Formats: sequence, structure tokens, C-alpha cells
Amino acid sequence: MGVYIIKRLISGVITLIVVATMTFFLMFMVPGGPFLAEKALSPQTLQALESKYGLDKPVIVQYFNYMKHLAQGDLGTSLKQRGRDVNDIIRIGFPVSARIGLIAVTISLFFGISLGSMAAVKRGKLTDNIIMVIATAGIAVPSFVVATVLLFSFGVRLNLLPTVGLSTPLHYIMPVIALSLYPTAYISRLMRSSMLDVLGQDYMRTAKAKGLSWFVMLFKHALRNAVLPVVTYLGPLMAYIMTGSFVVERIFNIPGLGSKFISSITDRDYPLIMGTTIFLAFLIIFMNVIVDIVYKLVDPRIKFR
Amino acid sequence: MTDNKKTTAFPLSFHLDVSDFVPAGENEKQSMVVMRESVSFWKDGLRRLRRNVLAMVSLVVIIIVMFFAFIAPAFFPYEYQQQIRGSENLYLMQYSETELARMEAGEKVFPHLLGTDSLGRDTLARIMMGSRISLLVGIVASAIILLFGSLYGAVAGYFGGKTDMVMMRIVDMIYTVPDILIIILLSVTLKFPLQRLAANVPGMAWINTVGVGLISIFIVFSLLYWVGMARIVRGQILSLKEQEYVIAARALGASHARIIRKHLLVNTIGTLIVTTTLQIPSSIFTESFLSFLGLGVSAPMPSLGSLAAQAIGGITSYPHRLLAPAITISLIILSFNLFGDGLRDAFDPKLKN
Repeated sequence: MGVYIIKRLISGVITLIVVATMTFFLMFMVPGGPFLAEKALSPQTLQALESKYGLDKPVIVQYFNYMKHLAQGDLGTSLKQRGRDVNDIIRIGFPVSARIGLIAVTISLFFGISLGSMAAVKRGKLTDNIIMVIATAGIAVPSFVVATVLLFSFGVRLNLLPTVGLSTPLHYIMPVIALSLYPTAYISRLMRSSMLDVLGQDYMRTAKAKGLSWFVMLFKHALRNAVLPVVTYLGPLMAYIMTGSFVVERIFNIPGLGSKFISSITDRDYPLIMGTTIFLAFLIIFMNVIVDIVYKLVDPRIKFR
Repeated sequence: MTDNKKTTAFPLSFHLDVSDFVPAGENEKQSMVVMRESVSFWKDGLRRLRRNVLAMVSLVVIIIVMFFAFIAPAFFPYEYQQQIRGSENLYLMQYSETELARMEAGEKVFPHLLGTDSLGRDTLARIMMGSRISLLVGIVASAIILLFGSLYGAVAGYFGGKTDMVMMRIVDMIYTVPDILIIILLSVTLKFPLQRLAANVPGMAWINTVGVGLISIFIVFSLLYWVGMARIVRGQILSLKEQEYVIAARALGASHARIIRKHLLVNTIGTLIVTTTLQIPSSIFTESFLSFLGLGVSAPMPSLGSLAAQAIGGITSYPHRLLAPAITISLIILSFNLFGDGLRDAFDPKLKN
């Protein structure tokens, strides 16, 4: 067990180092350095700036400098927003994104699991068909379509919900729906097929034969086993929510990390792009590690390797 | 065969009846066959596929969309980048004043079925071109993934042991790399080098028409997305390589490459087709997402994602400009998903779940 966790953590760290290295060298490939876009810099200023950010040193030295700072959790300074640390920008933007993201994750897990189980229990009935039609359609609609259609119908035409920012709980409704529709649909499909699998198992027949109540059978025996595939989906789910936030935050004008990231790309603010990428990569990679460990913990049938 | 007369001289004789030993005729042989006519893998799968109404409807939708994207623009009177002066911001089926005047004069003017955009470009023509881009991205990216993933998975599975372990650890690691982030990063950083390449090296001008965003999408797909395919193919090869015909092939002196190509990959063809088909909608999904953010195809070239993004500004007055690409893209993804599911049920029932 301990060995497995350590192995998994080490591979996570290696992946992160690979991503950070890739990011660094990709950014280095941008010709002329990050100050090229600045207008009319005198050679002296340019030199001063370059030595300030250590850009006059050889690549390898720069790389190790960057990695050293990274190991200490320092992501550098934003170029376009003078004097602001990337860490600062993340500290302000991330909680906003995280709040929407967590609500969306909770909602998609809740609705996905319950709708999927309902469809499996009512297999072939009308309920099953309706849920599966909605889930199949939900997988095909990209989040930006959901967000814009919501914005148009409820925000603009019916004028029921506020469209910009996050000041009241009402503001959360549309972004959260836009973010959670796809994962809800995906989880309910996943849940339905694994629930059908479990319902056909011998121990379910045994449970029925010994006269267990419908409630205990479903919740104690079926659901706990059927939910396992959903646990493996948690990692991709987090990644989806995070990238989905780029679009949703942009459409609803939410000052989260996603919209910061997209605007840093249009601004070509390289340290901010690098910092945010590495931060998000860190989150996704370690969520995956944690999910893997949790998965092995909750399912004793899986042996540790 | 010719002498059918029985030797009936002595009824109790032990002489053997020669006619019993005459080789059987074709008709006699036919009557001994108890098996049905053998159904090949393809026939069997196609029969199951044809019975799946949902998959067939999706196939029809896909064909219609393909026609709409690849053939229809050739006959369509408006080009996707053509800016018609005086016809800016037309509504559905609306004509501009100059066009009305031309119609008065007896000329035939093709209606702007879905109106025009703020630069006077026909929306329908742009959506057709956008669907073409989306479909091309989906198909090319899936082809790249098919090539990389199947070869990698086959090699890992076939050689097994240490090779397999090292190769699959690499796959595990790539699996956890956040793909969208890397695509965004690449499209940002590759922009300058690729543009320079297009400007300086003759014959590389196609880079500008395809767009840096699209090329980085393809690069990332070929770098990262093949791992899912590699895992599936490896799993299949692991069981296939224990089959007797592989041992026979090896005993006959076939090379590793030949065994992988002719004996192993050929037998995973069902899985390969299904996984590739299901990869197409997810590639289209990614492309539209990036184009929506402004990182996909470059300016005059439309993509369904960038059309939707451009429509957001005028959402109050021109909702159809958003709805048309949104519905098209959802329809494409939905029909590919359903068709892929149908293919899986028909050709690869084991993959179900």
C-alpha cells in the first residue's frame, strides 16, 4: 500500500517535471524573447530587463533557475501586469474558478449517479429511454454551445437570470449548468452500464433470495459496487471542468483563473501562460494520483502493484 | 461412376457391392453438408449494423453533412470568404437593396438562406466551409491516432516483457498530461516558428492556409492522443499473440514485422474501426472548443467553433448566427457518436460498456 502510494507520487512528480520542461522549452522557442512585443525599448533597458529576469544567461542555466524557483512554488512575475506575481494572480483567480468547478462537480456526480442508476433499474422502460436520450444528446453538445444558448434564452430573451459576473447565488446557475451538462450526461451513461452489470451479479440474486428490502439491496449492495467506474472518471472530470471553465468564464465574464489564462494567451504574457499551465497541470496530475489511490482503497479486489 | 447396375447374381454372396465404393457425386456431397453457408466477419457485422435503425439514421445524417460540407460548396453561388458589398447583416432570407434592384431587373438572385454576417459574407456558405474544416480535422486527427496508437500498442503487446513495461509506463505518463493545456501552449509557441517556416521555405505556404492552430492540434493529437488507442490495441494483441497461427507463422520463419502486420493487426481490425470512428467526434469536439477560444483555424477560414464565437457579440439581434453552427456541430458529434456505438455493437460486441 505505502509502496504503491510512493510509486504513484513519484510518477506524478515525473510527469509534472516533464510538463514543466516542455513548457519551458516551448516558451524559449518564441523568437526574440518575451520583450520583443514591447514598443521602443532602448538597448540598455532591454539589457537591464533581460538581466533582471535572467534572460541573458545560457538556456540551461535559465532552465535550472526556473526549475529551482518552481520547486519553491514561485511561478515568476507577470510581464504585462507590472510587478504582479503569477502566484498572486492565481491566488485571486483560482478560488473563483474552484467554487464554480466544485459546485459543477458535485452536481454532475449527484445527478449523473442518480439518473444513471434510475435508468438501469428501470431498464427498457420509458424512464430509461428518456434519460438515455437526454444523456446521449448531452454528450454531443459542447459546453460553449450550452453556455451561449443559456445566455441567449434565459439571460437575454427571458431576462430571468443575470448574465455577467458572480455577485449573487443566482449568477452561479447558468455557468454551473453549462459546465456540468456534459459530465452529468457522461456519468449517467457510465453509471447505467455498470449498474446493469452489477444488477446481473449472483450476489444480487442472493440478496433478493434472502429477502432484503429493495432499499438495502439497491444502496448497500448495488450502488456501492456500481459507483467504482465513476471513481476512475473523477480525474478526467476535473480536467474537463478546468478546461471547460476557460470557455464558460469567458462567456459569462467571470474573473476566474480560466478567463485569466485565455486573456494571458491573447496578451502573450509568457510567464503568466507558463505559470498557469504548470499550476493547472499540477492540479490535474495530482487529482489523477489521488483518484488512483482512492480507487485502490475503495475496491479491495484490486491488488497493489 | 458409369456402371450403376447392381451385381445381383448371388444374394447371399460375400462379394462386395462395387457400386458402394463409387466416389460420391456433387449432389450427394451437397446433401451431406449440414452447415449454413459461412458468413464472413464483414457480412455478419454489416447485417447487425443494418438492423440498428439508430446507427443507420446517423449514417444517413453523416452522409448528408458530408455532402453539405464537401460537394455542395462547389455548386453554391456564394464563396465562404466572398464579401458582398451592401449585403451586410442581412436577416434570414432577406435581400439587400442592390439585390432587390437586380431582381426587379429580372435577374435571378440566390437567397441568403441564413442571412449574411457583418462583412457581407453568406452565413450558409461559411457554415458549409466550417463543417468541412471540422470534419477534416476529425478525420485527419483520427487517422493520425489510428496509425500511431495501433503500431505502438501492437509493438508493446507483441514483444511483451521489459519492452512492454517501459512502453506502457510511457503511455501511463502521457495519459495524465493535461492535453488541452498542451494544445493551447503549442498553438501559442508554434505560431512564430511556423509562420517563419511558411514565409521562408518555398512549398511550405500551405501552413498559412491550414493555420498554425490546426497544425498544433494535429501535432498534439499525434503526440498525446494515441495513448488510448495504444492501450486498447495492446490488450487485444496480448491475447492474440498466444494463438496457434502466430506460433505457426513464427515456425515458418515470418519476421516480427510481418507477424504484426499480417496476423495480429489484421485481427484487431474491428476494434480499430470502432475506436477510430469514436475518436472522430471527440477530435471535432476539441477543435471546436479551441476555435471558439480563438486558437484554432486562422482568420478568413471559418470553423464551426469560431463561427459560434463570432456570433456571440450579436446574439441579441442575430441569434441564428449562433444557433446554426451550434446545431450543426452538435448534430455532427451526435451522429458520429451514435454511428460509432452502432459499429461497436455490430463489429466488436466485446467492447460494449
